[in-house]
Amino acid sequence: MCGIAGSVALADGAPPPSLEDLQAMVGALRHRGPDEFGLYRDTHAALGHARLSIIDLATGQQPLCNEDGSLWVVFNGEIFNYLELRDELLALGHSFRTRSDTEVIVHAWEAWGARAFERFNGQFAIALWDAGRRRLALARDRLGVRPLYLCEHAGRLWFASEVKAIFAGDPTIPRALDPAGLAETFTFWSPVAPQTVFQGVTELEPGHARVVSRDGVEDRAFWEPRFPVAGRGAFPGSLPEAAEEVRARLEEAVRLRMLRADVPVGSYLSGGLDSSLIAALGRKVKGEKFLTFSLRFADAEYDETSFQREVAARIESDHHEVLVRREDIAEAFPAVVFHAERPLLRTAPAPLFLLSRLVRESGIKVVLTGEGADEMFAGYDLFKEGKVRRFWGRQPASTLRPRLLDRLYPYLARSPVAQQALAREFFGRGREGWAEPAFAHRIRWQGAAALQRLFHPDFQRRARSLDVVARQLARLPAPFREWSFLAQDQYLEVRTLLGAYLLSAQGDRMLMAHSVEGRFPFLDPTVVELANALPAAYKLRVLDEKHVLKRAAAGLVPEAILRRPKQPYRAPDALSFVGEGRPDWIEEVLGRPAVAEAGVFDPGAVERLWAKCRATGGAEQFSNADNMALVGALSTGLLDRQLIRPAPRREAPAELRTFVDRLPAPAGRGPAPGAERPQR
Amino acid sequence: MTVQERVKQFIAKNFYVSDPSQLTDEVSLITAGYVDSTGMLEIISFLESEFAIRVEDKEAMPENLESIGRIAAFVARKQALKA
Repeated sequence: MCGIAGSVALADGAPPPSLEDLQAMVGALRHRGPDEFGLYRDTHAALGHARLSIIDLATGQQPLCNEDGSLWVVFNGEIFNYLELRDELLALGHSFRTRSDTEVIVHAWEAWGARAFERFNGQFAIALWDAGRRRLALARDRLGVRPLYLCEHAGRLWFASEVKAIFAGDPTIPRALDPAGLAETFTFWSPVAPQTVFQGVTELEPGHARVVSRDGVEDRAFWEPRFPVAGRGAFPGSLPEAAEEVRARLEEAVRLRMLRADVPVGSYLSGGLDSSLIAALGRKVKGEKFLTFSLRFADAEYDETSFQREVAARIESDHHEVLVRREDIAEAFPAVVFHAERPLLRTAPAPLFLLSRLVRESGIKVVLTGEGADEMFAGYDLFKEGKVRRFWGRQPASTLRPRLLDRLYPYLARSPVAQQALAREFFGRGREGWAEPAFAHRIRWQGAAALQRLFHPDFQRRARSLDVVARQLARLPAPFREWSFLAQDQYLEVRTLLGAYLLSAQGDRMLMAHSVEGRFPFLDPTVVELANALPAAYKLRVLDEKHVLKRAAAGLVPEAILRRPKQPYRAPDALSFVGEGRPDWIEEVLGRPAVAEAGVFDPGAVERLWAKCRATGGAEQFSNADNMALVGALSTGLLDRQLIRPAPRREAPAELRTFVDRLPAPAGRGPAPGAERPQR
Repeated sequence: MTVQERVKQFIAKNFYVSDPSQLTDEVSLITAGYVDSTGMLEIISFLESEFAIRVEDKEAMPENLESIGRIAAFVARKQALKA
């Protein structure tokens, strides 16, 4: 786990990258990899690396090259099946100097070219520079665990794990918020790759490899999710057989992630089914006690302490907790936005930022998490809601069918008749389009997009000049409409929420802020392939979510965990920002001058929003939509004042452990600093 | 101020609309994204206190509440009944 950065000239005759620029890029990624730093440079390209040492501590430094030094790599992440690939490559005649997974990438590229990436079971962002052929290859793992951003400017392509490193590399790159990126944020909760919130900056799509050479750019998906079509490719076994297979594959996924590390691995433990199962399997494969980490909330509404402790006691883990209060969220929020590098509509990433700090302080660099289970095994209410609303849509005049909504949202049955009628009106809107793609999602997307009414009229016009939903739906894979409705909903959820938001803003960024690597057994390719092949009814059995997973977990986690209703992970939103003694930056970023300067929102509209928040104390009268609007306004303001307005921070990292400089030394002067240092 | 104007002012303020000129009498408050089902309850509670009327459960329907124009007509009917 690490940060990577680099740049390559797009035309002959461009000046070589300067050492200061490269050091500034690596310096901006120091939090991702504080252990060692490395640079490679020749006349055309440069690669930089900030290392978090996890595998092959002694000799795994980067950049790293092949036998003859013609092919260089920097790499963020893990290739969990690197030992198996190494054996395969040895048999093909490749020779290895290190025990690292990084070196496997170099030889795999030599052996298989762009087909190498589909053989990797891992989470990775990779940059390979073929100095001889002047080709740069970039690749990102299947679901987007690891980030990789790109920016073309003044004849060079800049790339890095985080946007702030690109801005640090060339401070002349214009920095501005992109209306399309904001429109996606205020629709899907986050921009969806290749879109970002920064003008001129794109993100490599998950599961894609891109080759940049003098012949141009070739971008190709090396992996796409597959679901059964008319039963073809479906898991053929019974439900109990499926549960058995899920359990076996998950255990193997946990084994790879628990044991393939040269440092101790811990586990997150939320108290829900997914992380409890992962932690239990972790304990089983490790065969001894290990560390677990949990978030507690001072607000009882969000807290799951008793379930967490029950699991920790059951697996006898060395359990660590951090108690999160509203004021902790407010205090951490500027740093959270700095790391997330996008506006947020929820504060939910903030507690995870505090949790990774606890992990780091406990001396742990790697944690397993349960992320991905809700997408792969259909855990979210969205999937049930889609099922009920489609059932209703098939007989739109039915008065019985909408009553199923009460089973999903029991508060409806207890509500005044007026609220029930309005809620039905809300859920029933557009139900005649029940067979259309994104039928389940549109209602959510419209809810978030409605908040664009806060945008300044000019910005709103630019944001709405592009229909971001239509653009997303135009990119659906060819067989999409032939998949089951549940599969369609899962695909969209993986693409627009898991990859774009949960794994990044709430995952990688919050973990790496404190130099902690997350590992995701539910995203192991063999687990994903199996989950996608399962019949919809194994995952969502009538309205029982993650049914097959609960069966797989039986006997491994306490009975109470299997039986408890699913509790969505949430944190106090507006409530975190209204208390006495709140930080000064809140009033500043919501104030007219700052809002006007950022240019996204209408200052008067933000003023009205903030007045409503204070008047209601951010409590029940401040609705769900109001909460998203407020957190969105705060985070956009923080983003503007941390990453757009100020000149980028340019700090060189500490000493370079690896430095390979292939620039010809200028006449009359000695070699560039450090160039004489032998490459290890 | 007319009923329309008072309702429009409330919606612009309570739902922080950046460009109140977009709030015409006809625009559908729900479809255009100004108000969700929770927001409708906020509007009902505003109507009850502002115009001293009582909105019955069976009246909390889109026909009565989905636009500023419909809300104004609804309030006028209720007030006429009271008079």
